Amino acid sequence: MTNTELDVTIGQINVIPPGEGRNFDVAGERIAVFHARSGQVFAVQAACPHKGGPLADGLVGGGILICPLHAWKFDLNSGEALTGSCSLKTYPVRVDEEGCVVLTVGGSQH
Amino acid sequence: MSHGGVSELRKKNLVVIGNGMAGARAVEEILTRGGGDMFEITVYGDEPYGNYNRILLSNVLNGSQHEHEIFLNPIEWYRDNNITLHVGVYAESILRKAKCVLGQDGSIEPYDKVIIATGSRSHVPAIEGITLPDGRDKPGVFVFRTLDDCREIAEYAQSCRGRAAIIGGGLLGLEAARGLQNYGVQVDVVHRSQHLMNQQLDAQAGAILKATIEQMNIGVLLSRDTRMVLGEDRVTGIRFADGGVLQCDMVVMAAGIKPNAEIGARCGLKVQRAILVDNQMRSVDDPDIYVVGECAQHRGHVYGLVAPLWEQAKVLADHITGAVPNAAYHGSKVATKLKVMGVEMAAMGLIEAEDERDEIVQFTEPKKGTYKKLIVRDGRLAGAILLGDISKAAYLLQAFDRNTPLPEDRLTLLFDIGASSKKLSVEEMPPEMQICNCNGVSKRDLLTCTKNGKRNAKAVMESTRAGMGCGSCKSLVAEIVEFACGGEIEEDPSIHYYVPGVPFTKPELIRICRELNLKSVSSVFRVLADGKEDAASKPGLASLLNTIWAEEYIHEPDARFINERVHANIQKDGTFSVVPQIAGGVTTPAELRRIADVAEKYDVPMVKLTGGQRIDLLGIRKDQLPDIWRDLGIPSGHAYAKSYRTCKSCVGSEFCRFGVGDSTSLAIKIENKFKGIDTPHKVKMATAGCPRNCSEAMVKDIGAVAVEGGKWEIYVGGAAGAHVRKGDLLCVVDSHEDVLKYAARFMQYYRENAKYLERSYGFVERVGIDKIRAIILDDEEGAGAALDAAIEASIAAYRDPWEEAYTAARPAEFASTLSTIQ
Repeated sequence: MTNTELDVTIGQINVIPPGEGRNFDVAGERIAVFHARSGQVFAVQAACPHKGGPLADGLVGGGILICPLHAWKFDLNSGEALTGSCSLKTYPVRVDEEGCVVLTVGGSQH
Repeated sequence: MSHGGVSELRKKNLVVIGNGMAGARAVEEILTRGGGDMFEITVYGDEPYGNYNRILLSNVLNGSQHEHEIFLNPIEWYRDNNITLHVGVYAESILRKAKCVLGQDGSIEPYDKVIIATGSRSHVPAIEGITLPDGRDKPGVFVFRTLDDCREIAEYAQSCRGRAAIIGGGLLGLEAARGLQNYGVQVDVVHRSQHLMNQQLDAQAGAILKATIEQMNIGVLLSRDTRMVLGEDRVTGIRFADGGVLQCDMVVMAAGIKPNAEIGARCGLKVQRAILVDNQMRSVDDPDIYVVGECAQHRGHVYGLVAPLWEQAKVLADHITGAVPNAAYHGSKVATKLKVMGVEMAAMGLIEAEDERDEIVQFTEPKKGTYKKLIVRDGRLAGAILLGDISKAAYLLQAFDRNTPLPEDRLTLLFDIGASSKKLSVEEMPPEMQICNCNGVSKRDLLTCTKNGKRNAKAVMESTRAGMGCGSCKSLVAEIVEFACGGEIEEDPSIHYYVPGVPFTKPELIRICRELNLKSVSSVFRVLADGKEDAASKPGLASLLNTIWAEEYIHEPDARFINERVHANIQKDGTFSVVPQIAGGVTTPAELRRIADVAEKYDVPMVKLTGGQRIDLLGIRKDQLPDIWRDLGIPSGHAYAKSYRTCKSCVGSEFCRFGVGDSTSLAIKIENKFKGIDTPHKVKMATAGCPRNCSEAMVKDIGAVAVEGGKWEIYVGGAAGAHVRKGDLLCVVDSHEDVLKYAARFMQYYRENAKYLERSYGFVERVGIDKIRAIILDDEEGAGAALDAAIEASIAAYRDPWEEAYTAARPAEFASTLSTIQ
């Protein structure tokens, strides 16, 4: 397990329509990145810990993510499960001055 | 924290007189409050046993339970809890000045506090000949009160195998009668009053009960005052006040109870029927003497049932240990269940109406032995009698006990309408019973969740996931949560909202969105919810706005569930299913060939016929969708949305030799009219060419069935999925055009008035078919034209979503992953 953090620019924020999520394969991991209508961005593991549902296809609002398969709910900030028990792995993510989404991977995230 | 010095040095002495259910229960309650550290406990019990459940004695008599099964606390329990038990010793008196209790065996127990729990004994009426001239009990005369009584009765009955008379037609008498039958004895119940169980039943119920009891081959003699037990050296019969004689070999006294209050009277405590107590269960004369159970008289009441006794024991323990210093008993509401094999009876509260506020709800079916009577006062249950069918007893008992408001529909208080009569009540369901069959949630899981602080159905459902699958158990979950929370259920205001995140009902929301020109989901959150988005509320709002605004609706894909974003149905592995339109289930070789070609070209993992007479291509990746749509060249079948889905049909009059109407072309017209129309939940339709109904039109959300004479019956609110319901007949019309017209009007009324995710079957039941008929057919509210115009606008706004195959909607809509820049 590496502790070297790696910043990856995944593209312009506008490749993700407001309120939606898209998957990115980064450094061997598949990560779902969300562009909330509030302007915030979030990044979490792509597969739901419940039954592997594609989280990028979920509903987003108020900092909450709902998996499309069985409606498990997660807090996008912390990854905490609001229903069920398994939490999501989260990744630090920001939008830089040029409007690019920068994702940090490989850190010692939980 | 240091322990109080006094209790360390010397525990106080607590002497309990009486080891029946009340005494033992009081001791248990005291122990659970840490009373073992405060008190040296001594118990006097005049029966030579540990403590047993007297209520179950009739089960011992009738053989359904063995003696050892009814013991509550065996002798060892007393030892384990450091309790001194004077077993088989009668406590003679309390010396209040000297503060000690004298036992008949010469024991002297000093006390700081005393609990009198001497209970009661059988009331033996003044009847001549009960004893022999020498004062001994006459052989064959029994009371029915203790385990010993029970044994003696059984032995005597087995040896005589003759005839037994039970004096007393109350609860105990009837239980004894049924029990005695097991010993091959012919039993008669002799009762002084004019009807059986006059403490609990009115005359009508008493008469029905009499018939039921007589059918069990038990004789019932009413209005008979027994004056004499006949027989020189043993019982040979009884004589009544009217001179009549009943031959019998044994007599069992079950004519009520008499509190054992003598010990109180002897030491100078006020006694009426029993020892008078205050709200802390103390004698009104001596704060160191507590009284509990059948020997206590509280505000004029002496309770002979177990539930009040439990309540008293709790208050006593709270007070004597100081656990709740201001603990107070305020009397009990009394309910009774008869435990007689073959008779179902429950009674509570008032027997008759008392004043003009009292409303009586009543049902009788004497031949079946069924009688139900409720006394409702100010919308709450003041009394109930249930005989023959007590399926509603648990519910009514709870409503009575907690004084909760009753539902407006009084009929539902008496019957589970439409439900199987075998249905278990919430209370009766075993804890391990699975309530939510989709997510495997048991009753115990739900109870645990409420115990952990979730106090309303929504919170419990979110936490346990019960009801979050097909949803058919939701009302049951709500009932269980209500049961578990008792009167302390928290009202969740959002249940009245159309969606939880925007605080308005559906009609309010429709009006406000129209007035404020809110045409997108994001604008609704911005204006009506302080800008706070709620993910779960988005799809419902999108559906509603689309219904209101049709062409003008501003589509925001993020507000839609993924199915509606990509116009396909998501599967368990994240792939999608593609269902092309096959109107009315009628297809062509060319169309089939195209579908086959697509299936081969894309190596589709499964091709399956659907229940809606279409062809499903399963296991399609999201990024393949646009190509597949293009290659199919067939419009979307909308098999993924909360919308009109499809219309099944039979071959009807075109080919079928029974067909009386053209169901296929009607189904095709329906498909073309309603395709893609958003609805609160999915809408499935069917047309049948004759009443044989091969396309199952009566269990569809909307169904049309051809009947002879060129007519069509329209059914609405049918279901055959998670819930099964035959649709209600909306009307009979005589043309395809009228079927389309009324189906459209119903659909629009459903769109505008149903809650989000409320299927038509729930909607029709909730609104009622009569009201729906009045609006759809008779145009009573004058809304017909507006409904027609609104649905026509939605139909006009329709475009095939699969055309996005040619006009890419948004960036990377269908990409499985996006590539990164670096």
